[in-house]
Amino acid sequence: MCITVKDNRPVNLDMTTIRLPLPALVSILTRASGIFIFVGMAVLIYALDASLASEASFNELKQSLNSPLSKFVMWAIVSGLIYHAVAGVKHMLGEVGVGESLEGGILASKITMIGSIVLILMAGMWIW
Amino acid sequence: MVTAVTNFGRSGLYDWLMQRVTGVVLLCYFGFIGAVLVTHPDISYSEWRSTFEPTWVRIFSVAALLSLAVHAWIGLWSVLTDYVTPRMLGDKANLLRGLATLACAITLFTYLVWGIQIIWGS
Repeated sequence: MCITVKDNRPVNLDMTTIRLPLPALVSILTRASGIFIFVGMAVLIYALDASLASEASFNELKQSLNSPLSKFVMWAIVSGLIYHAVAGVKHMLGEVGVGESLEGGILASKITMIGSIVLILMAGMWIW
Repeated sequence: MVTAVTNFGRSGLYDWLMQRVTGVVLLCYFGFIGAVLVTHPDISYSEWRSTFEPTWVRIFSVAALLSLAVHAWIGLWSVLTDYVTPRMLGDKANLLRGLATLACAITLFTYLVWGIQIIWGS
């Protein structure tokens, strides 16, 4: 990064002093979930590989997906995908003017949170 | 002025657009896979395999893999250039960010080639 003008201007990047209202929380969680999915994608591609390679590996995968730990891992990755997808749709709707005002943004953030939680719980019920 | 060299399309506007196009492709693809899984509880191997047989599903899958690589690249680049900077982390930040960028590139390239091998190789 090059720093060109006004190198001495004041910057506050002390994270503990920055307030995080709901729309900001929705935004930063989109980034966090994105990083999480990036890692989780290795698990999903591995599972896709095992599921298509042969009938034996398919059954083996099915078997191992019965364990509580692997169910939890899958649920975590699916939850990341759900949140990232819902927040991404919210973000793009904001760009075409839906929920971009102050009140609208807070409402859209609440809908994003509640909608994701509902979908994540549904995914959990489906997995277990 | 330094021109960005590690972003996806050398232009912020182009990256902005690509992030949205690839995001929509990924949303459609995961929606498709999700729908297959939800409508076929306890799916058999032959059913699952035949889902990936048609050419259009293979094309769709490769589109999703390419979109994943581009989308993750733009997203991770944004995160790394926002937080792994000399202002946030001091002198070592540029080296650290370079290494992290390289690790992302290797990982995403691996996902892409691995995924294409799974979809077209079987």
